Amino acid sequence: MTDIGFVRSEIVSARPAPNRSSGAIAWVRKNLFSTPLDTALTILGVVFLAWIIPPLYGFFFGNAVPPGGTVEQCRLENAGACWAYIAAEMEFFIYGFYPAQEFWRPNLVFALGALLLAPLLIPKVPYKRTNAVLLFVVYPVVSYILLAGGLFGLRVVPTEQWGGLLVTLIISVVGITLSFPIGVVLALGRQSQLPIIKTVCVMFIELIRAVPLITILFMASVMLPLFMPQGTTVDKFLRALVGVTLFTSAYVAEVVRGGLQAIPRGQYEAAAALGLGYWKRMGFIILPQALKHVIPGIVNNFIALFKDTSLVYIVGMRDLLEAVKTKNDSAIEWQSANTATTGYIFAAMVFWVFCFGMSRYSIFMEHRLNTGYKR
Amino acid sequence: MQKQLVTLAASAVLSLSAVSAQAAILDDVKAKGYLQCGVTGGVPGFSAPDSNNVWAGLEVDFCRAMAAAIFNDADAVRFTSLTSQERFTALSAGEVDVLSRTTTWTMSRDTQLGISFVGTMFYDGQGFMVRVEDGIESALDLSGAAICIESGTTTELNAADYFAANGMDFNTVVFVDQDEVVKAYEDGRCDVYTTDSSALAAERSKFANPDDHEILPEIISKEPLGPVVRAGDTQWFNLARWTYFALLEAEELGVSSANVDEMLGSDNPAIKRLLGVEGDFGTPLGVTKDWAYQIVKTVGNYAEIYNKHVGPDTPIGLERGLNALWRDGGIQYSAPIR
Repeated sequence: MTDIGFVRSEIVSARPAPNRSSGAIAWVRKNLFSTPLDTALTILGVVFLAWIIPPLYGFFFGNAVPPGGTVEQCRLENAGACWAYIAAEMEFFIYGFYPAQEFWRPNLVFALGALLLAPLLIPKVPYKRTNAVLLFVVYPVVSYILLAGGLFGLRVVPTEQWGGLLVTLIISVVGITLSFPIGVVLALGRQSQLPIIKTVCVMFIELIRAVPLITILFMASVMLPLFMPQGTTVDKFLRALVGVTLFTSAYVAEVVRGGLQAIPRGQYEAAAALGLGYWKRMGFIILPQALKHVIPGIVNNFIALFKDTSLVYIVGMRDLLEAVKTKNDSAIEWQSANTATTGYIFAAMVFWVFCFGMSRYSIFMEHRLNTGYKR
Repeated sequence: MQKQLVTLAASAVLSLSAVSAQAAILDDVKAKGYLQCGVTGGVPGFSAPDSNNVWAGLEVDFCRAMAAAIFNDADAVRFTSLTSQERFTALSAGEVDVLSRTTTWTMSRDTQLGISFVGTMFYDGQGFMVRVEDGIESALDLSGAAICIESGTTTELNAADYFAANGMDFNTVVFVDQDEVVKAYEDGRCDVYTTDSSALAAERSKFANPDDHEILPEIISKEPLGPVVRAGDTQWFNLARWTYFALLEAEELGVSSANVDEMLGSDNPAIKRLLGVEGDFGTPLGVTKDWAYQIVKTVGNYAEIYNKHVGPDTPIGLERGLNALWRDGGIQYSAPIR
């Protein structure tokens, strides 16, 4: 048996897959032209993009007037977005009527907030407890003193002068940080065995959920002053803040309740069997599981809150969108065909950046906490 | 409906509070150290942020004038943006001390809301805007024209009345929203755009080529816009009214912010009385005797304010018209200071 003609002594090196089954061409074949319908849709899509992209590019970049341009450029026949207007009025969009020589105060508040928030959001950074105390207890006090003034020789800046992105951020940040704990307490209260607590929570949630936010704000701005003795006034800003917070907390409460109901009864019983009291049971066993389930729902509410801040125009506050509208109407020196459009696009972009950021962070948190349920 | 409810509620509260003793607003304002003034959210020429993001406008300057009279400081004033729904409540609840917010003086408002109109800072009225190329000189040439109009407003009724009274026919192109109306006019869907003349001018200033459009001289309705104060405090009402009169009187006597210091040495007894050189007209108002000097020095006279914010040289470009002094053919008229 020695007539074996050929013995391969080394392994044949793998050849690359044929072009038809791998690489760019295969991907295109598989994903874009696999059936006649696919082919038709692909062609249609390309035609649509070819039709929509050049004018959009022209509007946003090609023919757009960059920051630093003049209004005459914006008024040209085929001028695109008037970014020069945004750049020129940026201060108003960010600070509203806040006095210019005091801009360092909101700036410092922004910077402090970012400095404290960033390490809290990144799971690896240590000292979470100290950080949280600083952010949720010390920071609001410092921010209020900085923004409102009146102490330590800081000039008083009444809330009527706050505006723009500053107002949007304050209302949403305060709204989010306050409505979450209030919502959790309301959700627990609604499940309480104690009739009074339960009734109060149910009434509060059902009342607030049954009316539009506009109504609450309108009530706060127009009706509330009528119920109070002549001369006593509650700051409009505070009224808006309270209205937005209460509104969101009712929604958060219902979302959290959904999470509580998803926890099997066995978990409650097991926690009780360990001899834990009510708060420990909730704090260590039930809520950590329940809240994990409802992160998407809660973030949904927070994103909605962020966008709903625009409704404070009802009480005459000037948030980012309202600041843009005010300038669109009143900045006569910047009037051109695209000025107002550019203003609204700018507002939309800012809102998008914040909402998208929140959404991505919530997905990150979901993945991180999704230890037992990964599918 | 909403407006009626608010109105009702406002008058109910006011009739209640009328019983309780009224604290003098002037004393409160002096104690606070600033005047709280209710303005619009941003109407160019009347109350809107200027390029430095400071409140500016005809109505804003009225508040500055009052602050100047009280504190000798035109900046001792804080502005609150009010929506048209909440303006009267805010005034009667004491959130603002004076409301200077494109508010039309009507009988029902003056008599039923517990508020008092001080005077007419600006005589507005419904007008017509047309394209210059159409060669229309007068509203009486508008027979058969297509008119862009906002539906459900008094504007629509006023126009119908005017055309009927002059035996002309017209076609309306009706929209629900002011912006749509303007857009339709700009796109050439109608020949004429009608609303209050100050709004016409403001909208025109935003057009790509404002000079292609003209506002016809006819004014077909009465819209007197003026500052408002809470009823029941005579001293405060007087201060507001005489601030307004002082602006007019200063214009009439030729006293402006530029020459007010020279005018202190004037021999004209009327000027001496106005500027507090002779007699003391400030103390009865609860302010210093040079109150009017302070107003003119820091804010200017009526003509200066008008020309600065809405006059022919501004983008708004409104002629004085009815708002000229009585001796110049207008109806702005101040009671004499004596």
